[in-house]
Amino acid sequence: MMLAAAGVAVLVAMGLAMVRAFLGPTVYDRILAVNSFGTKTVLLITLLGAMAGRADYFDLALLYALINFIATIALMRYAGSGELSREEGEDA
Amino acid sequence: MAELIDVLLFAFLLATAFYVLLSRDLLAVVMVAGIYSLLSAGMFLVMDAADVAFTEAAVGAGVSTLLLLIALTATGRWEKPAGHRVVPLLVVLATGATLVYGTLDLPPIGKPDNPPQVHVAPHYLERSGEEIGIPNVVTSVLASYRGFDTLGEVVVVFTAGLGVFLLIGGPRRRRGGEK
Repeated sequence: MMLAAAGVAVLVAMGLAMVRAFLGPTVYDRILAVNSFGTKTVLLITLLGAMAGRADYFDLALLYALINFIATIALMRYAGSGELSREEGEDA
Repeated sequence: MAELIDVLLFAFLLATAFYVLLSRDLLAVVMVAGIYSLLSAGMFLVMDAADVAFTEAAVGAGVSTLLLLIALTATGRWEKPAGHRVVPLLVVLATGATLVYGTLDLPPIGKPDNPPQVHVAPHYLERSGEEIGIPNVVTSVLASYRGFDTLGEVVVVFTAGLGVFLLIGGPRRRRGGEK
């Protein structure tokens, strides 16, 4: 019951993050919303694993957390400079 | 409880899909498409297809966001308002109607004697544990029974990524030369 309540709470938080991603006046609101949405997906997977009593979901949650930052970093680079890989290419 | 999670995930999926369809801010569309991908990964996970869900999250939320952003650097952030949209709408409606008409001949969903349920699925469900040694049936089907199919998909994704990089890489190199 506790886990179910936590699951609903995480889903509500996901909905709120989505609202911010839809409305977000600036790019940074949306970036933050997408990143926190990924974090909430990790939480939801962990809760689903706990509800189903399956430990292998926790490994999946870890993997999601590991790939969650890629898109955020790319979006930050694009929002900051309008380019993705100029600086790196010139350093090399 | 599980039904509530399913319904909420589907509602979120619909909302993100409509936002992607209607918004003109392509940067926001790229981000919301990432959310869409995470949501569908959650749907796959609820249906116990863990590695499909992981592929969806890695490709959809990770790689394709990157590819779409690279495309945005070459084009621009705002979608131009389109003029006449009647003919494309008619084409899409006709195609959709044809596809829906085609589904009328399919067997009803969930019937126990459907061809997919009686062909190889019972064998997978009963024997995959001892034949492959992986507890998750979906994983053993994807990674072992259909291993060559998965290898082909990897080749397709690799070729698509290579094509995008070759197409987008051209103008970037030229801009570097102008400096």
